[in-house]
Amino acid sequence: MTSTATPTTAAGNDWADVTASESSLRRFLHGLPGVDQVGAEQRAAGLGTRSIKTSAKAFAIDLAISMVDLTTLEGQDTRGKVRALAAKAVRPDPSDPTCPSVAALCVYPDMVATAKAALGTSGVRVASVATAFPSGRAAMDVKLADTREAVAAGADEIDMVIDRGAFLAGHYLQVFEEIAAVRAACARPDGQSAHLKVIMETGELQTYDNVRRVSWLAMMAGAHFIKTSTGKVQPAATLPVTLVMLEAVRDYREQTGRRVGVKPAGGIRSSKDAIKYLVMVNEVAGADWLVPEWFRFGASTLLNDLLMQRTRLATGRYSGPDYFTLD
Amino acid sequence: MSRIDVRKTYKLFIGGQFPRSESGHSYEVLDSRGRFVANAALASRKDARDAVVAARKAFPGWSGRTAYNRGQVVYRIAEVMEDRRPQFVEALRRGEGRTSAAAGKVLDGAIDRLVWYAGWADKLAQVVGNANPVAGPFFNLSTPEPTGVVAVLAPRESSLLGLVSVVAPVIVSGNTVVVTASPDRPLPAVTFAEVLATSDVPAGVVNLLTGSLDRTAATLASHMDVNAIDLTGLAADAEQATALEVEAAANLKRVRRAPAAEPDWSEDPGLDRMTDVLETKTVWHPIGV
Amino acid sequence: MSTFEYAPAPESRSIVDIAPSYGLFVNGEFVDGHGHSFKSISPSTEEVLAEIAEADETDVDLAVRAARRAHSRVWGRMPGKERAKYLFRIARIIQERGRELAVLESIDNGKPIKETRDVDVPIAAAHFFYYAGWADKLEYSGYGTESVGVAGQVIPWNFPLLMLSWKIAPALACGNTVVLKPAETTPLTALLFAEICQQADLPPGVVNIITGAGETGRALVSHPDVDKVAFTGSTEVGRSIARSVAGTSKRVTLELGGKAANIVFDDAPVDQAVEGIVNGIFFNQGHVCCAGSRLLVQESVADDVLDRLKRRMSTLRVGDPLDKNTDVGAINSAEQLAKIRELSAIGEDEGAERWAAPCELPEHGFWFPPTLFTGVTQAHRIAREEIFGPVLSVLTFRTPSEAIEKANNTPYGLSAGVWTDKGSRILKMAGALRAGVVWANTFNKFDPTSPFGGYKESGYGREGGRHGLAGYLKGEARR
Repeated sequence: MTSTATPTTAAGNDWADVTASESSLRRFLHGLPGVDQVGAEQRAAGLGTRSIKTSAKAFAIDLAISMVDLTTLEGQDTRGKVRALAAKAVRPDPSDPTCPSVAALCVYPDMVATAKAALGTSGVRVASVATAFPSGRAAMDVKLADTREAVAAGADEIDMVIDRGAFLAGHYLQVFEEIAAVRAACARPDGQSAHLKVIMETGELQTYDNVRRVSWLAMMAGAHFIKTSTGKVQPAATLPVTLVMLEAVRDYREQTGRRVGVKPAGGIRSSKDAIKYLVMVNEVAGADWLVPEWFRFGASTLLNDLLMQRTRLATGRYSGPDYFTLD
Repeated sequence: MSRIDVRKTYKLFIGGQFPRSESGHSYEVLDSRGRFVANAALASRKDARDAVVAARKAFPGWSGRTAYNRGQVVYRIAEVMEDRRPQFVEALRRGEGRTSAAAGKVLDGAIDRLVWYAGWADKLAQVVGNANPVAGPFFNLSTPEPTGVVAVLAPRESSLLGLVSVVAPVIVSGNTVVVTASPDRPLPAVTFAEVLATSDVPAGVVNLLTGSLDRTAATLASHMDVNAIDLTGLAADAEQATALEVEAAANLKRVRRAPAAEPDWSEDPGLDRMTDVLETKTVWHPIGV
Repeated sequence: MSTFEYAPAPESRSIVDIAPSYGLFVNGEFVDGHGHSFKSISPSTEEVLAEIAEADETDVDLAVRAARRAHSRVWGRMPGKERAKYLFRIARIIQERGRELAVLESIDNGKPIKETRDVDVPIAAAHFFYYAGWADKLEYSGYGTESVGVAGQVIPWNFPLLMLSWKIAPALACGNTVVLKPAETTPLTALLFAEICQQADLPPGVVNIITGAGETGRALVSHPDVDKVAFTGSTEVGRSIARSVAGTSKRVTLELGGKAANIVFDDAPVDQAVEGIVNGIFFNQGHVCCAGSRLLVQESVADDVLDRLKRRMSTLRVGDPLDKNTDVGAINSAEQLAKIRELSAIGEDEGAERWAAPCELPEHGFWFPPTLFTGVTQAHRIAREEIFGPVLSVLTFRTPSEAIEKANNTPYGLSAGVWTDKGSRILKMAGALRAGVVWANTFNKFDPTSPFGGYKESGYGREGGRHGLAGYLKGEARR
């Protein structure tokens, strides 16, 4: 990828002026309103005090389950493990047919075919990380090949990582072009495109100002989703980081008419936490973001806690880990 | 034939100018033995209002100066007073009936007091302000600021040391002042005003009214653009002091009440004449990245 | 259910036990008053909560006498380190009974449980902790160590328990005894506090709580044996107190009204600024003397800020104060509601444009939706008078000097807000604003260590922090 040509984005909005040069892009990103850390964190904490009970809780738990990108991204992953997880993704609670499926199964590129086969026509999508996940440190052609391979193997969604080094060094245009190129690599022969989630690795970006800037960078480059973290870096998803991203997608739609999804990933383990995120989506981006199409949880252990809470609500009894599958 | 001396006209000091009273009135000032000394301007209500306007106009500039600069300006008053010793000694001798030696001592006290207060300008915030360790990610600092325009009824007896002792603490922190001189002994005050005019004090920072308090005090106490009033000059006049305190409530002026008797001005003044005309401002700001 | 509607999440009322009637707390005991009684009602339901004794002059006198005795015989002589322990005890009991106090406050005042639970009660406890520690360290305060004597304290209805703590904690720490009158519409937490004093074995007479309305307050502040008057409330009443103490040797601190400017520059962190605007005027239904009731927004971003503000206001949840998800509760009284309605009507008559957040208001009780007025100028009454309700007046400015001029163009000077990402501008603005508290890139923050109080007609004296001791000690440096 050279920087001579400005990639056109599939965003339907012309950012050509903004992305014409490094300096114009820099001016734009630094012209975005700042984020006051303390204020953002207090707003997030305030939303975290909402008390979601009874029918609202039942609704939220089912919604959260349906938004889970059930994830396994380990060196020790095997086909067997992926197949087991696929079964769980389709029927998280085998004893209760009313329990919704999760949104997607998220795996490494080499497991995409296995996942695809195991999920079949269930409707659960296959998401694949790509672009030298999790560090993003590889040559551009390797990253693009990684992406194309995953798409060819049947991935419905691609979770790419940005080059944080380039961003922190101020090479915004490079980051933009990389995202746009990966987005182009998501194209399928049938003219459709795998959905692109752009992982910002907010734990490495450090400031909310950076989170806001990368959010816009990614959206302008054509991201379908912006995602907090790989799960390999602490801190991963937090409420305030997600707040800033939700504000970004809200403002982006306001300005362009195009909607972008948000995916906090990593560190969300309890139903209580998941519900706080849903409250935040509801009150910051708006209720129409509260669908799996536009909001996801990147998680693994969260699902079991959601299932336990779900059972508790249904039966009135607190459950235990022995009653849910450990995968 | 001996030379006929040129007598001085004692005028008001408002906004850096020396006007006669707009009313055209003056009154006889007598010495301590009851002999005529001079005619002094008899300030009117309108003069008091003009003085408030001048003080208000001067406030932003004066309060906006650095504390270091205000300290220097107040110190400069002391320098110029020192330079005019004979004139002040003579005024005190006649006005307060003191011997030259005693008058000299009083003058020493007045000059030393100015020097003492001058040094406070850039220390007050450190002594009366502080950082506040709030339970949260916030920078939080309380600092003193001048109240604004302060009316001061200077003491009746001590016409120079008392005057300096009530004016210096008000202006050193950045307030501007309208001061009524001792009605019976106004001459040292006018001379003091002449010192102010020839030192570095900006116009309007100190405004001096001479004459009867009956004309000016109520105007100052009820004036809505005066932020504080010092009733020291009404020592032992509880009735009028109470009436003025009631007037002062109209805009919730800070009131320094009249003492039961005129204080001994030679005593260590302490901080309260400064702190009485200070506001504490507390500023919060988040601490984050 | 297909949308994310929050189900009711009511805090249980069962934790509080409201008696059918309450007497006065004098000399460590609850006693009958000599006057009539009045009713305290719940502003969210108009339900009568209890009959409250109205203290008359005789009752006030008995309370002041009890306080005087306690001061001269016990409390004024007690070593600071012993006084401190009583205050620490009280702080702990407030924490232990925090839920009960929070629920009771919400019921009696109408404010959301979220606020009583997270703001009023914890900060009240923190005030006692903070001043407890001062009791044996007064020689380092800069204000001397000698107590003033008997303090007559009159507090408002907007933060009943919190204002009580702002008054009583420093007074007791410095060795004074107090007679405190809570507001007539919100006496219940003060009466529960009286019970807490009993639990703490506080010596009789150190704290006396007398209930009643304006007449009772007048009798208290004008009682000749009161040495110190501390009042929080309206500027009008403050003025009359300032008159009534003229010619006496009483010390006075007054914390009065405000009409704070909340200034938003074009480079502000806009989402936090919007939160700050909302928090500034809709916190506690706008019943806050330091509320950011005048929004001054830079013209170049005014439309954007207003759009964001309206969107945010639309998510405010107005309703049952005991529901944990309620953001805006009930207006405290029918009288206050009438005043808010009147001034809002005047705003419209004067040509300002009114917008209210779409929300369903309960049928019973006193309610007013979060409201803003645009097209407001400095000349409008809603830009000058304190509305003391959830009503924001929006004005615009073009330059920093215009912002400063408009912000300071008021007889009040309690608080101000400024929002900008530029550090040097923050410091410039903070210096130029004639207000006792300046919140920069935040708003409506309170802490026991942080002095609070106004310039000009917002009153004098400071509460909180080291400065808050000044009013209760005989030392020379008074402010």
